Amino acid sequence: MEQLNNIGASLDFYIFVSIALFSIGAIGVLTRKNMIVLLMCIELMLNAVNLLLVTFSTFFGNGDAQIFVFFIIVVAAAEATIGLSILIMAYRNSKSIDIEMFNKLNG
Amino acid sequence: MSLQMISVILGSLTIASALMVVLSKHPIRSVIYLVITFFFISSMYILMNAQFLAIVNMIVYAGAIMVLFLFVLMLLNLNKEAEPETSRMGAITAVIAGGTLFLVMITALRDTFQYGKGYTPVKVQDAGLVEQLGKMLFSKYLVPFEISSILFIAAMVGAVLLAKREKQVID
Repeated sequence: MEQLNNIGASLDFYIFVSIALFSIGAIGVLTRKNMIVLLMCIELMLNAVNLLLVTFSTFFGNGDAQIFVFFIIVVAAAEATIGLSILIMAYRNSKSIDIEMFNKLNG
Repeated sequence: MSLQMISVILGSLTIASALMVVLSKHPIRSVIYLVITFFFISSMYILMNAQFLAIVNMIVYAGAIMVLFLFVLMLLNLNKEAEPETSRMGAITAVIAGGTLFLVMITALRDTFQYGKGYTPVKVQDAGLVEQLGKMLFSKYLVPFEISSILFIAAMVGAVLLAKREKQVID
């Protein structure tokens, strides 16, 4: 790349990293049975989206997307809190953090 | 060492540590690798001159949320037997599904790759600074900012209510 801009890499590189992070998070959600690791993979996917938003915001010189990222972080904090407290409650009831435990809900 | 080389190294380290989150067997190691991933993502924000978000990402994600995860892990006091087994067939299916998702998204954004090849950002110097974002946050986005505080109160009350131990029934 002969035309080097002042943020290091080109647009496609950041898009590639973001999509890779999102796919890894999706694989983690589908693979792992541990509820805590599952929540962590969801956080990873949220961060991939944040990275993409910041990339486009920087490349177009518009700060609106970074405000969106700020709100995504706010919502993610609330989501992690509620998810972990649901997890603690489920663990108290069944002494297990296997996600398959929720299969009992279908009666 | 050029800036491009640094960003490539950072990107590959980010992907590697994200892979380790999924691959490591022990949940505590997953948490540590996720913290490392968040730090790398923050460094990429700094590279893109989004300084405010880099600091917020470090404080809120790597600081607060991950400490919450660690606390819950230590509170539950899990041992080796409690780790659920993942089936081999399910893992293969998940990897195929995730790889297909990756390929589809890369293919769908192929045109963007072509247009973004030598694209130079406009006015990169001041889009992500605290001054710009603060002005925007407290004028244009004031109402969502206030609503998010209500969301936090609801989340706090909900967390306390859900995680509270129920009253012991005397039998």
